[in-house]
Amino acid sequence: MELETIAERLGDAVLEIVTEGTKDPFLVVEASRIREVMALCRDDSSLAFDLLVSITGADYPPREVKKKAKKGEPAPESEVVPGRFELVYHLLSTKTGGRLVLKVRLPHEDAPSCDSISEVHPAAEWHEREAFDLLGIRFFGHPDLRRILCCEDWVGHPLRKDYVFPKEFHGISAE
Amino acid sequence: METKVIEIGTQGISPIHRRIQENREERERLSREFGHELHEDLLTLNMGPQHPSTHGVLRIVLTLDGEIIVDAEPVVGYLHRGKEKMAESLRYFQYIPHTDRLDYLAPQINNVAFCRAVEKACGLEIPPRAQAIRVIVMEMMRIMSHLIYIGTTALDIGAASIFFHSFREREDLYDLADIITGQRMNNAFIRIGGVGNDISTETLKRVREFAAAFPGKVDEYEKLLTGNRIWWERNRDIGIIEAEEAIKFSLTGPNLRGSGVEHDLRRVDPYCGYENYDFEVPVGSVGDCFDRYLVRIEEMRQSARIILQAVDKLPPGEIYAEDRRFVLPPKEKAFTSMEELIHQFEVVAEMKVPRGEVYAAVEAAKGELGFYLVADDGPRPHRLHIRSPSFINLQALPKLSRGRYISDMVAIIGSLDFVMGECDR
Repeated sequence: MELETIAERLGDAVLEIVTEGTKDPFLVVEASRIREVMALCRDDSSLAFDLLVSITGADYPPREVKKKAKKGEPAPESEVVPGRFELVYHLLSTKTGGRLVLKVRLPHEDAPSCDSISEVHPAAEWHEREAFDLLGIRFFGHPDLRRILCCEDWVGHPLRKDYVFPKEFHGISAE
Repeated sequence: METKVIEIGTQGISPIHRRIQENREERERLSREFGHELHEDLLTLNMGPQHPSTHGVLRIVLTLDGEIIVDAEPVVGYLHRGKEKMAESLRYFQYIPHTDRLDYLAPQINNVAFCRAVEKACGLEIPPRAQAIRVIVMEMMRIMSHLIYIGTTALDIGAASIFFHSFREREDLYDLADIITGQRMNNAFIRIGGVGNDISTETLKRVREFAAAFPGKVDEYEKLLTGNRIWWERNRDIGIIEAEEAIKFSLTGPNLRGSGVEHDLRRVDPYCGYENYDFEVPVGSVGDCFDRYLVRIEEMRQSARIILQAVDKLPPGEIYAEDRRFVLPPKEKAFTSMEELIHQFEVVAEMKVPRGEVYAAVEAAKGELGFYLVADDGPRPHRLHIRSPSFINLQALPKLSRGRYISDMVAIIGSLDFVMGECDR
């Protein structure tokens, strides 16, 4: 199914259709409406994306984008691109075999949060625990948000780009 | 030095156990669910992380009512090595051996999955011969993984002899893997844009001999198990998950097909030229442990069938893609020509993957194995997420085991067929 058709079906929750600069085109969805969008993707018979493949959290530190100078002109000022945490949802339809990639850009740079979709897809529970564990993203409405891969008394969220490796752990030197 | 007690996981009694103790309504609700009055004294039992049936380091916190499982909570992470974090500091070629250590029972499928993600990001076309070689090794790995499943699951349940039969064939496969890739385990044979070595005619003959004889061996396993009354009783109607529930829990691979959903990426979304091979996708009907067993048995036969076709139709030609920006020169040229050696160095050290976000998945032995790669024009991934089937399939364990006897737990764990290296990453 065409991405535009899907975006149309999902209505105004879709903020952006991204087809350039990526190999897999995706839709950017409003963060506050992700649960509703997920339920629609699953239940709407024309979409039928019933299987949640994965949820990925990613950390993009604010980065400077340098613009190319035109001939004979001074270089324009570089631009700082904000927004750091993103969640990427991969969906699959077991009926048609089609795939859909949705993305959510999270507000709040240091304490990112999002609605949990574990009500819609029970399998999201562990994915979200993983994103919480490794990236420190909080999920509202998650039944049991704990660390999953790191141990419970681990400090920090390892997949953040500003994570500092611990020098020791419970008296065991890591250097 | 001050010693500190590290409290890991649930100490004492499990949360649900506590809830039942403190809350009358919870007890009544569960009594209704199980169809009998729960006893006053429940038991929280810790299974693992060192338990022979968990095939790795998995811990399960069981809440028991006599011998009946009220709740089972898997605790994972004991084998977490930070593979995703490591990817961010390693070059693309350096990461291939790390993927071997995910599902170490079928390492080359992981190699292919990772390389496919990078190839997709780079826009590489893989020549047909390399694709066919990939198919041969991947199907060999699938058989190896399923042989472990059959051998160890039966061993855990108490049928010891099948273990020796299945490991005999597995040994043959390791010998073949040794000849083809140069390693028995952790082969790291697949390269970005191709495969490490060509297969000689001599080796092909041996692979063919194995694949032709293998279905007869599968019949032998079936003789030992399928009609075996004890095996039947231990697996039938145990750990049932219906199709709808299986999709809800995002099961993939044999676990999903055991529930009757005909979904196989090799068929639905073919890669590596799977559309050119003739094979069937077996599905179950009930979704119990026995169905999952039957699906894997049939998959082994189909894998042997694919290997035979791939060997017979193996096209001649190159084993590496053409785009020299991303692809290593052939090994023998790198040894003899200065220019090629410099080129090899440049590719390994300087290869930059164009900016973009890519998800590529393959049908691994355990389910859909996918790599989500965020590349940023640099020599290392910005972010690499591994969608490991074991991690997600394991989530269904509480659902499958609630209300069953504790001895069924071992059968259910076996039938889900996960491997902790991949689960914990």
